[in-house]
Formats: sequence, C-alpha cells, structure tokens
Amino acid sequence: MASTRTHDTRHDPRPSPDRPVLEVLDLHTYLFTRWGTTRAVDGVSFQLHAGEMLGIVGESGCGKSMLALSLVRLTPEPAARILGGQVLLEGTDLLSLPESRMRKLRGREISMILQDPHQSLNPVFSIGNQMEEAARVHERDVSRPEARRRAVELLKTVHVPAPERRLASYPHELSGGMKQRVVGAMAMTYRPKVLIADEPTTALDVTIQAQYLKLLRELKEQTGVAIILITHDFGVIAEACDRVAVMYAGRIVEQGPVRDIFDRPRHPYTRALLASRPRRDVAMERLAVIEGQPPSLTDLPLGCRFAPRCPYAVDRCREQYPDPYQVSPAHTAWCWRSEEQPWAPR
Amino acid sequence: MRRPRTAPPPPDAGLSELDAGSSRDAPAGPAARAPRWPRPGLRRLVRRWPWLPILIILFVLVIPALFAPLLSPYDPLRGTLADRLLPPAWLDGGTWSHPLGTDKQGRDILTRVIYGARISLIVSSAAILIGAVLGSTLGLLAGYFGGAVDRVVSWLVDTFMSLPIVLLALVVVAVIGPSFVTIITIISVTIWSSFARQVRGETLSVRESDYVARSRVAGASAARILLRHVLPNVTNTLIVLATLQVGVVILEESSLSFIGAGIPRPQPSWGVMVAEGRDQITTAWWLTFFPGLAILVVVLSLNLLGDWLRDFLDPKLRQQE
Repeated sequence: MASTRTHDTRHDPRPSPDRPVLEVLDLHTYLFTRWGTTRAVDGVSFQLHAGEMLGIVGESGCGKSMLALSLVRLTPEPAARILGGQVLLEGTDLLSLPESRMRKLRGREISMILQDPHQSLNPVFSIGNQMEEAARVHERDVSRPEARRRAVELLKTVHVPAPERRLASYPHELSGGMKQRVVGAMAMTYRPKVLIADEPTTALDVTIQAQYLKLLRELKEQTGVAIILITHDFGVIAEACDRVAVMYAGRIVEQGPVRDIFDRPRHPYTRALLASRPRRDVAMERLAVIEGQPPSLTDLPLGCRFAPRCPYAVDRCREQYPDPYQVSPAHTAWCWRSEEQPWAPR
Repeated sequence: MRRPRTAPPPPDAGLSELDAGSSRDAPAGPAARAPRWPRPGLRRLVRRWPWLPILIILFVLVIPALFAPLLSPYDPLRGTLADRLLPPAWLDGGTWSHPLGTDKQGRDILTRVIYGARISLIVSSAAILIGAVLGSTLGLLAGYFGGAVDRVVSWLVDTFMSLPIVLLALVVVAVIGPSFVTIITIISVTIWSSFARQVRGETLSVRESDYVARSRVAGASAARILLRHVLPNVTNTLIVLATLQVGVVILEESSLSFIGAGIPRPQPSWGVMVAEGRDQITTAWWLTFFPGLAILVVVLSLNLLGDWLRDFLDPKLRQQE
C-alpha cells in the first residue's frame, strides 16, 4: 500500500498524454487580516487540458473563489497575497509575469465569468456598447462596425435571440439568464484558452441553469476552451463536468473523473457531500448533514483538516496530513483511510 | 397634466409607453429598428419638468447674463445724479424709465441686477468647472486606488472642509487684492472638496461592482475602467452636485462681495449691491431688496432643480417607472 503513495504533492503523478493548457502547482494564497492569517488556498495543484471541463466543488469559504482569483492574479489587494506555487499557462508561469503582461493575457488567454449576471454588466451602457468595448480592450484599432459585427457573431454563439436588436438593449431589459449569456459571450470575445466560471449558475433558476450548463459544454466543444467550473452544487458538476476536484479548507481532498467520484468516492468528505444532496432515487425524510463547521482557516488543525468532523478519523488523521492515494491513475484522494473500503466507524 | 413627481406613471400614461412597447415587440430582422431611447425618456422629462425653478433660473440668471447690454439701455456703472435714489416705479415719485428705482449715484437698479446675473454666472460656472474637474479627478483616484492616495486626498478634503472661507478670503484679498480671478480661485478651492468626497464615495462602491471586476478580468487597464465604468456611473451625481453648488457659489460670492472681499466695486455683483444699499435700508429699501430677492429666488430655484435632478437621475427610482 505504501508503494501507491507519492510523497511529493507538487506533481500530479497521473500520466498526461498531451501537455495541459493550465497547470497549477502547489499554489498558496493567504489573506492577511487583523484577525490573523487565513490560508484560503493552501497548496493546490491540478491540471487542465484543452476541451476539458473541470469542476471545483466545496462549501462556502473553502477557498474556491480565492483560487479562481489567484489564477488571474486579481486577488483583493492588499489583504490577499499569493505566496507560492506556479500557475503555468502553456508553460508560462503567470505568477512571475509583470502586471502589464498579465493584463494582456487576461481576457485574451484566460477569461472569467462571475457569479451574478445582474451585477456583471454596467447599468448605464447598452449591451452593444459594452460588447464593442470588450472587443476593443486588447485591439484598439478595431473599427466600430467591425466590433459590432463580432458582437452579433458572439451573441449568436451563445444563442441570444435577435442579436442585432439585443445590442440596443440595456442590462435591466434582459432576464438573468440572458444577461449571463451576454457575459459568457463577452468572456469568449478573444477565444481564450481557459475560461473560469465562478458559480455562473447560482443566480439563475433551475431550468435556466441546465440550459446554461449545456451552453458551456457547447462552447467547450466548439472552441476547445478549457473550463474551470466553480460551484458548491454536485448536481451542476454531474451535469457539466468531465473531472472534478473537491476542495476542503483550502486544499483539494479528492480529484478524479466525475463518474469515479460519484460512484466510488474515497474521501469521507466527498462521500458526505454526495450524501447530503437531495435525490429522487432514494426515499429520505431529511437530507443528510455533515455535523460541525468547517475549520476556521486562520486556525487549522494539524493533521487532516476534515478530521474533526470525520466519523472515520483515527489518531493518525489528527496528527499528520494525508499523502495522496492513487485510487486509479486518474483518481486521487488525500485520506489515510482511502484504501480501506468500506470504512469502519471509529 | 400634473402628477406627483415620484409617482410611477399609470398604465394609460400615453404615447411614450406605447412607443416603447411597440418598437420593442416588433418582429426581429434587419428591418426591425432598435428602440430609440431619447423619445420616451424625453417626453417623460418634459412632462415632469420643474417648470417654475427652470423659468426663474432662465429669466433671472441665464438670459440676463447672456444678453445684458440688449436688455438695458443704461450703463451699470454710471448714473445720472439728477435721478438719484428714485423709488420703484409703482411708488410715489417712481418712474417707469427706472422700474426698480435707482441708487444714490443714480444708477438703474434693474440694470445693475441684470449685469449682476452676469457676474454670478461667470463666477459660478468658472468656480464649479475648476472645482468639479479637480475634485472629481482626485475623488476618482482616491476611491479607485485607495491606500496612500486615498489617505492623502481624504486628508486634503478634511483640511479644506475645515477652512473658514471668509477668513481665507479676507487674508488672500488683503494680500493680493480683490479681483475676479481671486474670488474664482478662492471659491474653487473651497468647493472642490465636496466633489472629491462625493465622487470618492461613489467610486468606492462602483469599484467593488462585478462589472468592474469583469472588466478587470477582461484585461482592461485602470485608466480604461475609470473612464468607461466609474466616471459614467458617477456622472449623475456630478450633475446634481454641480447644480446644487451653483446656488452655494452664488451665495458665497455674494457674501464675500458683501464684506468687500469679493468682486471689487463698482462692479454690480448682487452681493456688492446689498452691501452698498445697507446704509440706506430704512430710507431706500429697494437698493438691497431687489438684488437680495434675485439671490434668494435663484439659489432657491437651483436647489429645487438639483433635488429634482437627483430624483430623476436616480436609477433606482427610474427603474420603478
């Protein structure tokens, strides 16, 4: 069993057929506040291939959003600081670039969709105006008619009906789903290689959510963009993603293909999350809950961060952070008891 | 058709809504025209216009200032001593050739009030232009960049807000003498801080908005974000503040002119006129009354217009309609 463990957490040991578009290595982002240091992202590594959709799932405050912001280097100054690690976009370390070069990559190579479509558009300008503006951020010499033509094209790719007329609309005249489509279109202006979607469907209602996830998949297939989908909802992951990484208290505790994670979760936290979602196929009186609170990121336990809430924790879990365990070549779990199945409660 | 200003229009509010509705629901296609926003907006604007304040501002301040020489046959600076201290036309001894009477040098009061509007308008527009440009630039920078920039600007704002303007003006005038440039400078120096403070506050909230974040994620520079996202979102506030400040500036200019630290005599500033007539207030009240009345109605109207603009331009109130 010891032979399947690798002690180097910096490298995903999974054999990769082609070079990943984005490779994150041992990323650390801490927040320095007057109440102490919050280890929001504390040693996260993952890879992302072209045309792949990676879901990052976790509770509120587990560091998902801070991870997303770290990737584009827009963490809130001056509280947050990226202390270590690498973010390799096709081999270039984004963290070592000067800000001026980083700015040229944002939107062009790596783009982002934010949570609330109602807030993502400037209320005082028409959609067309803002899309033309987006098209001219990196290419100043694009003419207005050309920018307009591109805007119409983009709106077509995200299935906005009557795109020519929509250009004259103001944000408040559109529905939430429509706005989020527009925001998606704007994020795709330069055909980025990586698109980070931070809870893009949370503010939408359920039927619109499904449509939007379908749209993201479509964009991925048509343009080969690699998508990082951040969510707290396993349902969204199941619907849209190829792979999933489960985050808890600033670290990835389990990652692998969506099917494997759903069928054979090897981390008690993943399993508890899966058990706590509402299901149609199992009759239940009440939803399962995970007892207790996530640890405060300013005062983390010494060993496994889930140990205080884990029904299977043993002494070792409380003393030492687990090494990664390869369940299969693509599936890794960071739990001392991953190899035992099923777990015996302590 | 008059309605309370804040009430939403009823369903039958007329052509404007019909216009908007029909063009918006029109079938898609290359021929379908986008709704042209100025039309419904403009009609609503005209219907709810605060007419009285606007008329007062036009007829007491703007038109007299622009066309003073055409409106009056007299010289505001030179009088005929034979006609000194004539009362307004409708009183005993008054004459319609001097409708509002004359002062002790025989200068026509109406003429001087008309020329006074010119001074008020020049001083207020110049001071507000300087104050608004300076104040909002500093406010934008302070609000957007925060940190040391913010601390320095906020410190300056607090300092300038605590300066007693009258003392400042007296000192400056004592050193370099009263002139147009001096008073415009003094007033700009005292009003930029309110622009800076207001714009800084609004910038702080706009800076945190998602569309600014989105724009930053899209790779926009700070300058682009400030000009494209923050400034347009604080423009409404700037318009309202500038309108309200015109009243403040006219009042300040009059006060300073009254104590002799403003517009140098014999220029017919309203404040100067009130000061000059002060000694005769019991015997010739019209010397002080008419310029005072002009100050009162103009400042009041500007404040009412400013309040109305604030309601009208507030996107929250606008969306309810």
